[in-house]
Amino acid sequence: MLIFELSRPGRHSKGLSPHAAPGQGAIPEKHLRAQPPLLPEVSELDVVRHYTGLSQKNFSIDTHFYPLGSCTMKYNPRACNALAMLPQFLARHPAAPDDTGQGFLECMFELQELLKEVTGMEAVSLAPMAGAQGEFAGVAMIRAYHDSRGDAGRREILVPDAAHGTNPASAVMCGYTVREIATDAEGNVDIAALGSAVGPHTAGLMLTNPSTLGVFERGILEMGTIVHDAGGLLYYDGANLNAILGEVRPGDMGFDVIHINLHKTFSTPHGGGGPGAGPVGVNARLAPFLPLPLVAEAKGAYRLLGDADRPLSIGRLGAQLGNAGVLLRAYIYARMLGLEGMRRVAAFATLNANYLMAELRKAGFELAFPRRRASHEFLITLQGLKQRTGVTAMDVAKRLLDKGAHAPTTYFPLMVPECLLIEPTETESKRTLDAFVAAMKEILAEASENPALLKNAPHTTPVRRLDDVKAAREPRLTWKSP
Amino acid sequence: MTTPDNLKYTKTHEWVKAEADGTLTVGITFHAQDMLGDVVFLQPPEVGRTLRKGEECAVIESVKAAADIYAPVSGEVVAANQELADKPEKVNQDPYAAWMFRIKPADPGELGALLDAAAYQEVAEADKH
Amino acid sequence: MPFIPHTEEDVREMLAAIGVGSFEELFDEVPRELRGRVGASVPPGLTEMEVTRLMHRRAERDGSWLNFIGAGAYEHHIPAAVWQIATRGEFYSAYTPYQAEASQGTLQLLFEYQTMMASLAGLEVTNASLYDGASALAEAVLMAVRAHKSARRVLIPATVNPVWRKVVRTIVRNQGIELLEAPYCSAAGHTLPGALEKFAAQDLAALVVPQPNFFGVLEPVDELADWAHAHGALAISVVNPVALALLKPPGQWGADGADIAVGDGQPLGVPLASGGPYFGFMACRRALTRQMPGRIVGETVDTDGRPGYTLTLQAREQHIRRSKATSNICTNQGLMVTAATIYMALLGPAGLARVARASHANALALATKLAEIEGVARAFSGPIFHETVLRLPVPVAPVMRALKAQGILGGLNLKHAYPELGDALLVCATETKNEQDLAFYAENLARIVGKRQAPRSGALKPTNS
Repeated sequence: MLIFELSRPGRHSKGLSPHAAPGQGAIPEKHLRAQPPLLPEVSELDVVRHYTGLSQKNFSIDTHFYPLGSCTMKYNPRACNALAMLPQFLARHPAAPDDTGQGFLECMFELQELLKEVTGMEAVSLAPMAGAQGEFAGVAMIRAYHDSRGDAGRREILVPDAAHGTNPASAVMCGYTVREIATDAEGNVDIAALGSAVGPHTAGLMLTNPSTLGVFERGILEMGTIVHDAGGLLYYDGANLNAILGEVRPGDMGFDVIHINLHKTFSTPHGGGGPGAGPVGVNARLAPFLPLPLVAEAKGAYRLLGDADRPLSIGRLGAQLGNAGVLLRAYIYARMLGLEGMRRVAAFATLNANYLMAELRKAGFELAFPRRRASHEFLITLQGLKQRTGVTAMDVAKRLLDKGAHAPTTYFPLMVPECLLIEPTETESKRTLDAFVAAMKEILAEASENPALLKNAPHTTPVRRLDDVKAAREPRLTWKSP
Repeated sequence: MTTPDNLKYTKTHEWVKAEADGTLTVGITFHAQDMLGDVVFLQPPEVGRTLRKGEECAVIESVKAAADIYAPVSGEVVAANQELADKPEKVNQDPYAAWMFRIKPADPGELGALLDAAAYQEVAEADKH
Repeated sequence: MPFIPHTEEDVREMLAAIGVGSFEELFDEVPRELRGRVGASVPPGLTEMEVTRLMHRRAERDGSWLNFIGAGAYEHHIPAAVWQIATRGEFYSAYTPYQAEASQGTLQLLFEYQTMMASLAGLEVTNASLYDGASALAEAVLMAVRAHKSARRVLIPATVNPVWRKVVRTIVRNQGIELLEAPYCSAAGHTLPGALEKFAAQDLAALVVPQPNFFGVLEPVDELADWAHAHGALAISVVNPVALALLKPPGQWGADGADIAVGDGQPLGVPLASGGPYFGFMACRRALTRQMPGRIVGETVDTDGRPGYTLTLQAREQHIRRSKATSNICTNQGLMVTAATIYMALLGPAGLARVARASHANALALATKLAEIEGVARAFSGPIFHETVLRLPVPVAPVMRALKAQGILGGLNLKHAYPELGDALLVCATETKNEQDLAFYAENLARIVGKRQAPRSGALKPTNS
């Protein structure tokens, strides 16, 4: 049932909108709309019941184990939400003077400082509103840096073939062409291929480390030398920062510029698709190019820096200071963790991933990189299972929904066939991991005994498998009154 | 059957048929549509456009993938199969009937450089591994 | 340990199951010299009680204000149900709905949102959100250039939010796109179609048309959309979604309607919150669907024939198309759209129109009251929605400081963005203000301006004698 189907002409929760204004106002007739918009005419209770009911059709961290690889679905502490929604924070207008937001700006300044410290970078901007916007900002800074030196021939960004799709897309938005670098049999970037790809045309290399294959790039220092010697810069995609938070810093690995997904590593909610926040960190040579605004402190007073303060900045990425409410949640989370808490994030995320990997291997699952240590996540491949039973990674993923776990990431990275990328995160207990292993064992048995059960899964969700092909061939993107 | 002998092929999985009037008809192979899965959208090149050999000239999409179609030879597009825009499933049903565009080759000699069925079969096999 | 549930016994068992003796060994692939340098300057952890006290103190420091600033972010009443439901864990802590069967709540909500937003804009298709209005405008510029195929110039009037124009420049500048600025009529405060003629010879991909514009003034949108189409350009509209409850939707502008509509969705139930998170919306005509960035939800059926919802047309997006995607956007502003959908459903067409009318009426009443103050005048003659530009007889900054001392945030000083307007102030009043608020502002402004004017005119007289 859609909200529109509950609608009755003339129904209106009058107490939620202001009293009718007297008179017609001063808007000329030619500017007025002829037909009211298609919004539902329903009661407040209708709305509350309808959307509460819809929420119950979702899997979420609060209701289910959510081992979605490369997405870091860890617990989103409730205190972060409650405190970011204090009335004074919510009411403050973004263009209000800095002296009416000293409490907020102090949090933002301290968040910049915290992020510098835990990433080993020289300066941080909180402006980017998501990881991909952080990538855009990072690559735009690389370009601004080369341009500022008159080094205009560098027109290519290198990206490993296992990278997230945002990496090549961000590079193209900055006017670069993209060259993919192959991965070797152990899941590392092929260093020889990297060596032969770099040159005077190389603007930079974008790298996720640990990689999307769930392993640490062991040759990271050598890779950095290769790129830097060719005059390129090294970009760190922070998608997997949770694997190293408190253990290793991107700045110490030699990266010139990074972005951090606060909605992963700093536990702000994913919200059914967003909002995120993608602050960028840089070393000293890129600092002048950071996106605006930045938060500065002098004698205990905080203010936002603009164009006049930072003439070399790549500019603004949004109308305001990024996703401020997300930044507040991340700040509160960081303060609750503190130094000791942060040191434990990578350790326990890695413990959980390696435990789960070991147990699934014992249960008969095939690892994509069996000789490697897992980072905070790992890849299994169901290619053998598919050949034996016809059951695919998609079937297993859908069957997991019946068993009460959200599916891992499927079919990514693209070069590992029939793969599941599994990331348990540090906030899950051994008991939850053991239940997941038990569910996976059951599925493995079902695959042999009754593959149709898997092929037709899920069976218990609000809808069964959906016809994606129909959705794309005959797009129905809005509701039409019958 | 999946690689008819009477057609020419490219390494990028287009098939090419020489017509009596000297134009070439272009589509994608059985193997290509098999790799893509159910095709949901197709955008053939505009008639009148001049293509260079190897140039990206059309887009084909399935639910989970997208692929570019490359011009097998240089020349001018003289016809495009608009029916496919409404019925993309025809590419899956019969890829060798579901032609995408016709090209008038600038240099008829380029046809000879294309792969024959046996050579393409090898390309397709290698692609599966 | 905050948020880590392991007991010591768990850890022992898990390490043994892995076959290692310590945490150290889990990191044995990481070069030794890279490890353990994380910084001593990170303060020790706080308990929930301690961090609560800290955050309350900081929030109280920011205080409470009677706000008359708009300029792209608008204060509206948000019904209590909006955020109580939006922050239910099932919405708040869910991921992007890639696993459709496990995400029907989010997906159906987005489908409802798309229907509401498309109808508000009078266009056929919308996406499921972009970051904010400014970045949505940048995406619209890129989309128009892709759709146009040949032209790479876009004409943006000076009446578009100046910060948004900066954002567009940042985002498109490395793609060889040229942005041209169209002037505005200094009397009416809106763009004049006649003044665009000097751009007629340029090969334009698009003309941007704001409604209302940054000055709060209504633009001659029918003429401007027609001008764009007559010159082979797309018309990109920038609109306020609350205003659309009353105003002609972009899809009906001129003879053929605008091609793309973008804006910031913040007025629809999203708090001001120092600037975010908000959300950008984008709608377009059906023919442009495949050029649109961002996620789109479609209706389909499941294997039992029941209706269901799923992300669709994904081959536009970066996770499939990679370097050839329409945009690099991945994470969007889903939770804000959740709130906006609940907001629109609660208000309905009548409620949203009341919000718009009450805002308009308050802005008119405020503008009238303030313009009665000696030396204060409205800068433009054009009709307004809920915001207006006032000229003051004295510099704006000290007046704003004096108002602030009375708890009033009096508006946005336009000195930097529009120096040609002199001592100009952008003022907004929404439905959140009552008569006493407007009177309080007017009394204080009259007093402050009067005090500042008096000595100056007194000082001038002797020089004439």
